[in-house]
Amino acid sequence: MLTLSPEETTAIRLSLRVALWAVVASLPVGIAVAVLLARGRFWGKTALEGLVYLPLVLPPVVTGYVLLLVFGRRGLLGAFLAETFGIVFAFRWTGAALASAVMGFPLLVRAVRLSVEAVDRKLEAAAGTLGAGPGWVFLTVTLPLIAPGILAGAVLAFARSLGEFGATITFVSNIPGETQTLPTALYTFTQVPGGDAGALRLSLIAVAISMLALVAAEVLGRRLARRLEGA
Amino acid sequence: MSLDVAIVHRVGAFSLDAGFRSEGGLTALFGPSGSGKTTVVNVIAGLVRADHARVEVDGDVLVDTSRRVFVPPHRRHLGYVFQEPRLFPHLTVRQNLLYGRWFRTSAERRTPFDQVVDVLGIAPLLHRRPAGLSGGEKQRVAVGRAWLASPRLLLMDEPFSSLDAARKDEILPYIERLRDESRIPIVYVSHDIAEVARLATQVVLLEHGRVSSVGTVDDVLSRTDALPVDARDDAGAIVEARVAGHDDVAALTTLDCRAGALRLPRIGLPVGATVRVRIRARDVLIAVSPPEGLSARNVMPAVVTEVGSGDSPAVDVRLDAHGDTLIARVTRHSVLALGIKPGRRVFAVIKAVAFDQPTRRPGASAPARATDGIVEV
Repeated sequence: MLTLSPEETTAIRLSLRVALWAVVASLPVGIAVAVLLARGRFWGKTALEGLVYLPLVLPPVVTGYVLLLVFGRRGLLGAFLAETFGIVFAFRWTGAALASAVMGFPLLVRAVRLSVEAVDRKLEAAAGTLGAGPGWVFLTVTLPLIAPGILAGAVLAFARSLGEFGATITFVSNIPGETQTLPTALYTFTQVPGGDAGALRLSLIAVAISMLALVAAEVLGRRLARRLEGA
Repeated sequence: MSLDVAIVHRVGAFSLDAGFRSEGGLTALFGPSGSGKTTVVNVIAGLVRADHARVEVDGDVLVDTSRRVFVPPHRRHLGYVFQEPRLFPHLTVRQNLLYGRWFRTSAERRTPFDQVVDVLGIAPLLHRRPAGLSGGEKQRVAVGRAWLASPRLLLMDEPFSSLDAARKDEILPYIERLRDESRIPIVYVSHDIAEVARLATQVVLLEHGRVSSVGTVDDVLSRTDALPVDARDDAGAIVEARVAGHDDVAALTTLDCRAGALRLPRIGLPVGATVRVRIRARDVLIAVSPPEGLSARNVMPAVVTEVGSGDSPAVDVRLDAHGDTLIARVTRHSVLALGIKPGRRVFAVIKAVAFDQPTRRPGASAPARATDGIVEV
């Protein structure tokens, strides 16, 4: 009962890879957008805000379908990326990662944005008077101060990625070994007779991974907070 | 070193139109809250863009709105100690101190780390984080951090206003050492007359966004009628004196100033040391004939130079005592009853003096400490 089949192992490993890449790739963009939304005053800010938070309220299937239209083989960007850089998303694990990243993006941005808004800008001004230009101020003062927010956002996005189903299955389908992640594999088990044991095993694994991520984040977060609060 | 500042700036209903020059030393921007002191310092630092301004440090133009010159704050090479410590919470004290050095070339790192740590007495704190420090400790680290950035000008905006009097007395000697040993010119914002009398070489008096008076610390602070109302109570003359001798039997010290000998309870300064003595107007009485049978022992002949005007019951009378200015606060009634008017020879009776600091220490490396505070004489 507790031994995993090769298909299950593949699905779990793929899920972890997809979630990890989704978070890593969206972090820099997410931080940049969060800072922009927290600090910037520019034309079209509300539109950008809406676009970023859209996947949170849109049916995931719609998001997946939009991704298919844009990044599919014949999609606007998909064709261009495939021809010039050889990057293909359609029906590849990279596409699953893209779908996960898009779905987790609003959660990441929200958490980082809140921590950017909480940064005492007087500290940044002080760093400026000490000779640090804007880039250095961001790297040496802002970034360390928002680290707990980045961590929280990354964990949320990671968890969201692990659970991503609708957008993934719509965009890159459910191909074992390539795009079959933990949730889609679980779904497949529930669709075939005698798949109950497999579904249960994958559910337990999902619970374990999520718990582990949460605990790790909590421990790391406390350590970061202790650094800021002194002693 | 020279600093040239001219600012015209408007924020809502408040308008600032101020300018001054400094040739080094400690320039105190003195005035009541809301007089625009902080704005002046922020314009010098580049944290506020003034409507019209020109700021020049050592011939280097930092701001000139007429020529659209605005050097960004991080290229100004100034140090800024804020009202709040603003230490970086994620760095240790040592890392905080060294932060500004990062952005200086090795040739620009003129301030030795050990000297700063020693002068400010922060060696035991180096490995701690800011959150665990007391208010006074934090501000000392903030001063060290600004100093170690090797600034050509140090700006301090009421850095100790949040500390209680005891903590403040503890920290001011460090600032005196900073002023004397770093040779970095300082612009120091304050609304505390004792602090200004103790630290300043030059005073710029700001009121309602205008410079109402500029001059040496004795000049400005002795024009008691020109001072902001809330500072008048403690206002008085500042007299430079020299320790002439100690009488160990009577436990007295004699100071020599131009006005004459001043006797007071023994202080711990060597003979020959120079002391800055503040004599508050409310601690000086006027007698028209040599007084007898008084408990106060410091009586100095003087000539009335000016009788304050106005309609308040108390009047400040300026006296000239052999070249030293003294100020006495007496009632308008007494002025009339005793016939006090300019040119009249009188006797100034000094009830108490305030010792602010030793201004020069003959050959001493450690700071000699005067007995701070007000002493009855």
